[in-house]
Amino acid sequence: MLGEIIDLIFTTFWMILGIAAIFAIYLIVSGLCNFAYSIYSRTKDAATGFGSLKTVTFGDESSVTANRVASIAAVITIFVLWGIATGSKLIPFTILPPPFVGETSFTYTATNAAGETADAQVFVYVAAQGEEGAAAPEITNSATGFAKDDSLLVSERRTKIIRAQNNDDGGKEEGYRVTAINGNPIAPTEIATFADGEVLMTSKGSLQVRPRTGLTMEALYLPPPEQVWNRFLNLAAEGYQGVGLGENLFWSLIRVVLGFALGCLFGIPLGFAMGLSSWFRGWFDPIVEFMRPVPPLALIPLIIIWFGIGEQGKISLLFLAALWIMTIAARAGVSGVNISKVHAAYSLGATKTQLLMKVILPNSLPEIFTGARVAMGVCWGTVVAAELVAAEKGAGKMIIAASKFQLTDIVIVGIILIGVIGYGIDVLMRIAEDKLVPWKGRG
Amino acid sequence: MSGLIINDVSMTFSLPDGGSVEALKNINLNIKKGELMSVLGPSGCGKTTLLNILAGFLAPTAGEISLNEDKVTGPSSERGMVFQKGALFEWMNVSDNIGFGPRMAGRPAAETKERTDELLETVGLQDFGQKMIYELSGGMQQRVALARCLANDPDVVLMDEPLGALDALTREKMQSLVLDLWKKTGKTIILITHSVEEALLLGERLLVMAPRPGRVHKEYRLPFAELGVGADLREVKRHKDFGPTRDEILNMIWDMEEEIMGRTESA
Repeated sequence: MLGEIIDLIFTTFWMILGIAAIFAIYLIVSGLCNFAYSIYSRTKDAATGFGSLKTVTFGDESSVTANRVASIAAVITIFVLWGIATGSKLIPFTILPPPFVGETSFTYTATNAAGETADAQVFVYVAAQGEEGAAAPEITNSATGFAKDDSLLVSERRTKIIRAQNNDDGGKEEGYRVTAINGNPIAPTEIATFADGEVLMTSKGSLQVRPRTGLTMEALYLPPPEQVWNRFLNLAAEGYQGVGLGENLFWSLIRVVLGFALGCLFGIPLGFAMGLSSWFRGWFDPIVEFMRPVPPLALIPLIIIWFGIGEQGKISLLFLAALWIMTIAARAGVSGVNISKVHAAYSLGATKTQLLMKVILPNSLPEIFTGARVAMGVCWGTVVAAELVAAEKGAGKMIIAASKFQLTDIVIVGIILIGVIGYGIDVLMRIAEDKLVPWKGRG
Repeated sequence: MSGLIINDVSMTFSLPDGGSVEALKNINLNIKKGELMSVLGPSGCGKTTLLNILAGFLAPTAGEISLNEDKVTGPSSERGMVFQKGALFEWMNVSDNIGFGPRMAGRPAAETKERTDELLETVGLQDFGQKMIYELSGGMQQRVALARCLANDPDVVLMDEPLGALDALTREKMQSLVLDLWKKTGKTIILITHSVEEALLLGERLLVMAPRPGRVHKEYRLPFAELGVGADLREVKRHKDFGPTRDEILNMIWDMEEEIMGRTESA
């Protein structure tokens, strides 16, 4: 137990270092951009307007607005760093050395049982990722001694073991061994380098050839941006596993919309009942207060046991995700009505029903909209998670299926689209809010 | 007997610790139709409680209120109320706010519109009917509140510090408007205020209330409201009786406040 905790602390420590390093790079770029921008803006006329005359800006919340130049530069920076890290072709110059690809060779020196030495070459072809029809180089033996040339096919960033002495005269005799690579002495478990990589001799005398791996990331872990873009175009045209990209996203969205609508349909009246009646508030308080902190994702196992993996289960899950949020929002909206408004409405002759429809309902709309925005966000997150567990179609299904085949580019396309759609939903909700409750925050 | 009759009204609030507060004790008042009465008093004298009882938002623990011989049991459109602030409906424009009462009563749309337009003009907001409430200044919002209350043609208009949140200049204009509306509509108006000058200007009848228990301390009959109709209120304030009456009432309230603070001897 204690050991595990110590391990955890060390792991966390190394992670902090890693995060700090990445963050530091990002901040340095930010600092450089800021410097460039401040020089650029100095060449323009000084800003005008009331805000420009403020002398106290540090600490004045109202004088801090998002600098859009910074936002655009930040997004570009992410793509540039992504491109650099993956050795993207979009970056016109090489910053991180790429892995070696193509033809290379090295010479090895062998000593036979009689103590004589001879040289021979190993011709290596390093195939790029995804290259088809790659083969080991054809060789005509040019070596003159008892050692004979070899050829080898290695994939980019991979290693391959070759027993170079196998085709040599007397190579299988006791005492025959390779002693040097390109003139650098080598012994079992030692490493010798050649121009385009390194050779490790195994304890049994074989040679493990490792072409230079470079410093860029392998596409398995992070594909370059252009590969993700091409995959996106390909997905849009052909889909994945027989389901179109649009179809996958549509199914995720329709589930969210249905679950959210159900949540509103039940949650808003429930919230109103809780806001208007002491009995109902008492009656529903325990269940609402209990269910509110339960993350919807924690319900997935139970939902699968109850409903299986069909649509019913997913809609129920989203319904539950939206229900409590909408209930609490509606309840807060009703509780937030200024008693003067209620008194005024009654004094103006309104009945209870009129008060509910004309005063309490519109008065609680801003709160309900705030709740709806939160609920939509939660539902969108929940649907992706639910699809990761079990679904036939959907954005989450697409990325979990692709991840099983290590199609990282599809996973990244999926993640980006999920983010974009989530953001789009929030923007739409905000537009609807501005249109439908323009009085929000101006009561 | 017509008019608003307050018959031996008492109000006792019980406190969570078992004690109780006598917010009002044995209030007897007879307010005739068309009377303009202002109510003044230190905090805690029960004047807002009294107004809430008149409006029907609270039931007194003893005594009863009747308006034109009907017992008051709850809020009704016969007794309109103008609040200090926050009582307008932000989701409606100015016209819809003013027409709220007639619409709730199911009056024909044409009649409601006519009434609304007329009131918009009365309170000087004829060009603001389509504006939203949050686009108006505080003074304009109170004009809307006045108009909305009058749209129902109530017998009694209850005003709970309606001008309390306004700046001095706006307040002065609104005081003139209240006087004009009083004269023009002949409504019974009961107005609560913290400002002694306002109470003098806007009360033919002025009630000074005292706390613990809340009761009527002294009642005045004043000429200033009548003089102020259609006149310059600053002129009214130069009336020979205005200053002395103001000082008398101020001293009275000052003494009450001192008493509340427990400093009677030193005062």
